[in-house]
Amino acid sequence: MMTTTVVEPAAGARASARAGLRQVLGISTFGPLAALFLAGIFFSIKSDRFLTGTNLSLVLQQVMVVGTLAIGQTLVILTAGIDLSNGAIMALGNIVMTSLAVESGLNPYLAIALGLLVCAGFGLLNGGLVTSLRLPPFIVTLGTLNIAFALTHIYSDEQTVSGLPSALTYFGKTFSIGQTDVTYGSVLMLLLFALLWYVLSQTAAGRHVYAVGDNHEAARRTGIPTRRLLLTVYAAAGLFYGIAALLLVSRTGVGDPNAGQTDNLDSITAVVLGGTSLFGGRGSVVGTLIGALIVGVIRNGLQLIGTKSIYQVLITGILVIVAVSIDQIARRRNQ
Amino acid sequence: MSVTADETTKAGREDIVFEARGLVKRYGHVTALDGCDFELRAGEVLAVIGDNGAGKSTLIKALSGAVTPDLGEFLLDGHPVRFHSPADARAHGIETVYQDLAVAPALDIASNMFLGREVRRRGPLGSVLRMLDKPEMKRQAAQQMSELKIGLRSMTNPVEELSGGQRQGVAVARAAAFARKLVIMDEPTAALGVRESGQVLELIGRIRDRGLPVILISHNMPQVFEVSDRIHIQRLGRRVDLISPKEYTMAEAVAIMTGAVPGRAEKKPAATANDGAITAAPAAGVPAVGVPAASALPTRQVREATGSLADPIGKP
Repeated sequence: MMTTTVVEPAAGARASARAGLRQVLGISTFGPLAALFLAGIFFSIKSDRFLTGTNLSLVLQQVMVVGTLAIGQTLVILTAGIDLSNGAIMALGNIVMTSLAVESGLNPYLAIALGLLVCAGFGLLNGGLVTSLRLPPFIVTLGTLNIAFALTHIYSDEQTVSGLPSALTYFGKTFSIGQTDVTYGSVLMLLLFALLWYVLSQTAAGRHVYAVGDNHEAARRTGIPTRRLLLTVYAAAGLFYGIAALLLVSRTGVGDPNAGQTDNLDSITAVVLGGTSLFGGRGSVVGTLIGALIVGVIRNGLQLIGTKSIYQVLITGILVIVAVSIDQIARRRNQ
Repeated sequence: MSVTADETTKAGREDIVFEARGLVKRYGHVTALDGCDFELRAGEVLAVIGDNGAGKSTLIKALSGAVTPDLGEFLLDGHPVRFHSPADARAHGIETVYQDLAVAPALDIASNMFLGREVRRRGPLGSVLRMLDKPEMKRQAAQQMSELKIGLRSMTNPVEELSGGQRQGVAVARAAAFARKLVIMDEPTAALGVRESGQVLELIGRIRDRGLPVILISHNMPQVFEVSDRIHIQRLGRRVDLISPKEYTMAEAVAIMTGAVPGRAEKKPAATANDGAITAAPAAGVPAVGVPAASALPTRQVREATGSLADPIGKP
């Protein structure tokens, strides 16, 4: 970030000092990036298998589902909302896609499209309830979490769907870069992150997402159609959950009604670790990618050095509290 | 009809930018506006004062499009207009600044100035990829800031790092940048300290000097008398008087505002019905003070002498 110097004397110096602090602690992804690098360096020293193409590709593959969910979660959280239903919506999507393709014998591409549509529809339902009835997103998505979960189990009759056509598992396939095999799914996730980075940071629509989360009333007064914007955000988030469902199916090779039950919290974890504020209006989707990678690297690294994976949960818990504390401190300093 | 164009001098009417006639707004049994008139002339700061419950905020909401009156008409540059939303009013070149610092604190100054009206890149980058032209917005924001002497040089600082006065400066600069007809300022200094209020008042003067008329709503009498060219006094849902701060003292204005002394356009109180001394002014005599076109402001003696000759303004 380039900052032009403020020439006003004392106040200017103080403001730019605060700007520096804010960039380090808050909006900037410096903190999360430093944490990711520290974890990476630590595991590279501890295990010579960590810093290999194959292993890093594996990390990407391990975070691609939660990472894609976290893209939608970032959108929602930037508007000062939260989405508890995303894992359940993804599970519903994964059952709809696989059941339609296998049980109902639908064209697999049509099945995928309908699965995506169901997920986007659920997102739209969240958005509609949040904007029309002005219910808190936490409560709305707690409700739709249960609804989607129940529908998944009713529709699937608790049965795992297997024997999928290859179109449904395409994103689990790999291609080679040198010695390293990379899944198409990882690439898709990275492309989606890049797409959302572009929309959020380079377009007016992205600005409006931040503005709505930052000061809803101010955004409304400047003429931004805040209702329509929120509906779009929730529906787009739903679409991302649908894509996550497709990646999940590609990775596991089955339609699993019990999938994704803690992924809602994991996606929130990635967003928070990435420095996005739960109060809305500040953060970035690049931070979310870094946050997802932090969790992925720690889990992978601990496995490599032979530590029980439960320690990854412990460390993640501590990091979440650290990240939220930093956000709170940065906010208080600015008030 | 009481006041019509032919009653007022032609020259006097030509510089009326925004006018409202006979506004009525009822909320259930409460009548917030009861045949309220309004006029704003080119190049002036018009203060609107009124006690709580006088219909002041309803009037402002009607002028800014936030409320649609039940009855009455608006003329903008002489053409009838009707606003169904603040966006409507904005589309007609009317910008509003609110008291509670309506900015997005985490966004930077340039982003706030162009919020909802972002400038996109030229060519396919802008039209297809919808890419923002950040340097251009920064440049225009900086230019606006320097023209209005707001003393903010870096357009990339988040607004939350600014003082309250500077934040309001951003909101005012935004309004001034996009208003083509006029700016409405609703208690712009209510949330500010003394020194910062002073800065905002100076800013109001600069906007007027650039040719944009300003409607200033304020409770603060010294501020109103310092900055305004004319004062619209609102009482019981109507404009009861339109005075020049040069001709009246604050105490007199407050007396009219609170009803201690009837305004010139006020219904004659029964008790003083036969007292010709303080009746309403002639319609044509509603002074257009503080505007270049306005010639002689009638003195109080003249008004009192002619007072009984015409209907009170705005009253059928």
